[in-house]
Amino acid sequence: MSLKKVHDKQPDDFEFTKENLETANRILKNYPKDKKKSAVMPLLYLAQEQNNNWIPLAALKYLGKLLSMPYINVYEIATFYTMYNLSPVGKYFVQVCTTSPCLLRGANELVKTCQNKISKKQETLSENGLCSWTEVECLGACVNAPMIQVNKDYYEDLNKNDMEKILESFMQDKPLKPGSYRGRLSSAPEINEKKPNGINNA
Amino acid sequence: MLKEENKIFKNLYNKLGWELENSFKRDDWSNTKEIISKGREWIINEIKTSELRGRGGAGFPTGVKWSFAPKKLGSRPHYLVINADESEPGTCKDRDIIRFEPQKLIEGCLISSFAVNAHACYIYIRGEYFNEGKRLQKAIDDAYAKNLIGKNACNSGWDLDIYIHFGAGAYICGEETALLESLEGNKGQPRLKPPFPALVGLYGCPTIVNNVETIAVVPTILRKGGKWFASMGRPKNTGTKIFCISGNVNKPCNVEEEMGIPLKELIEKHAGGVVGGWKNLQAVIPGGSSMPLIPKDLCETLKMDFDSLIAAKSGLGTAGVVVINKDQDIIKCMARIAKFYKHESCGQCTPCREGSGWMWRILERAARGEATHKDIDLLSDVTKQIEGHTICAFGEGSAWPVQGLLRHFRKEIDKRCYSEPVIKKEREIPYLVDQHLLEK
Repeated sequence: MSLKKVHDKQPDDFEFTKENLETANRILKNYPKDKKKSAVMPLLYLAQEQNNNWIPLAALKYLGKLLSMPYINVYEIATFYTMYNLSPVGKYFVQVCTTSPCLLRGANELVKTCQNKISKKQETLSENGLCSWTEVECLGACVNAPMIQVNKDYYEDLNKNDMEKILESFMQDKPLKPGSYRGRLSSAPEINEKKPNGINNA
Repeated sequence: MLKEENKIFKNLYNKLGWELENSFKRDDWSNTKEIISKGREWIINEIKTSELRGRGGAGFPTGVKWSFAPKKLGSRPHYLVINADESEPGTCKDRDIIRFEPQKLIEGCLISSFAVNAHACYIYIRGEYFNEGKRLQKAIDDAYAKNLIGKNACNSGWDLDIYIHFGAGAYICGEETALLESLEGNKGQPRLKPPFPALVGLYGCPTIVNNVETIAVVPTILRKGGKWFASMGRPKNTGTKIFCISGNVNKPCNVEEEMGIPLKELIEKHAGGVVGGWKNLQAVIPGGSSMPLIPKDLCETLKMDFDSLIAAKSGLGTAGVVVINKDQDIIKCMARIAKFYKHESCGQCTPCREGSGWMWRILERAARGEATHKDIDLLSDVTKQIEGHTICAFGEGSAWPVQGLLRHFRKEIDKRCYSEPVIKKEREIPYLVDQHLLEK
């Protein structure tokens, strides 16, 4: 269960664009006719995408009507799942995995880098408004630890220097490419052994 | 070491290409029609012969699970649901199957759907795997285009539709009934069992829920025979398995190996050894964060299969091997895992919701050296109160790692603890509350 803050300034209205409404109707076909409620998760994503990567309360009300669900049920779902942002995030939303496998390989350094480069506090926009960051639980790329997710992409096999460069690139709105930063082939063992020395979780 | 020809996932690292044309070269879809024509009974029996056990963590025999689905189609449709909500810390195998061997999964979906009488299959993939999900959708579209799935799939006479459903960052949705709740558009909170999903599952209909890896190995087993699969490993612990080796090793990697491979061989041969050498090993979490850790002396001879690990009071789980060396603070490491469970508890059962927080706070205090010996006894008690008193296995998953720590590292913890309480001021509080939550 996550604690999420709903944004203070809420827009009055929300509705899907014509295009998104078509997409929504296509998504609804994935589920049995009388089970419209099943589409609430994909439609929340759709609303999030339409609204700069965060979901206003008006969208929850709109979806409730669209799917014949009570507003509170949509609200419950939006707050239960961590990937729905209920307040604005940066254009580059940096999510640092800090669960044990990443922690063992120096994720705490990545967190410090975020604090220095983006903002002291999590889920706070950087001064130029482009970035925000948060700590998240296991992102499921443990053999490529430590790693971060930025919007939809994974940046893997990082160290402090790489992280600085990557964050720098976001702050200048010229994002570096995702993938492994040690030039690894997916999750295969590395050919050249590079010993990461002196990493601890303290 | 597993022979190259016995590997099921030949494209685990994407050296051969994931596209449909390339997967044909690896025998995917080569005689699907023929396999299906042998009938439901034959398929289920062959899977039973192979002694395949579920790869998602619990290790339930797959053939047996399938046979729980009603034999005849009643008034309600049947569903197959694939659990691709891989979120167990230390585990990243399903991601590679989805990225690089999607056709194996899709073919497995078709055969398994036929075996359990399902015409619709939902793949529930975690929301963070957005790019992987996109890749899988492309693979599904390709398969539709060649009529490998869809109406009269592979000319077998069976109709199958596959849909992807994205999760949104809830670990608990990896629990099968929570996953079904989530698919139905609810919060991911597990259901009481029985009734089991095989009889009352998605939308109240008979539903079989299987892990990605389980389904992806099915076509190869049926092609090469259940006996072939059973010839690897040892009885009841057969076949091959993808191991994910992460943490303090020189070359962390995913690797497919025979069941029952010695842990030491896995770490030394495939993962380039422990950082600082084997002597620098402190402990290993053998099956994802829910499984109790195992200290170095037991690691020497340990074999990686379901029953050997149960004998060592741990479990194979998802085979996510997390190696912790002596440079790490083990208490801090386990406190982080406790924080994970505190964050991910769905909040439905009180022992888990409250207990996971207690465990996290006490462990954090212990790591900082602010706990008393009495606190540690309390910690031990809390784990016992959670275990077995919750609707789903998340309770055990959160309590076991802490029990493992207490079992093997009690001395280390005690060294940091005091006899006298850190907070001495007695407070008059009418309800039970963790004193450490209040200011010092």
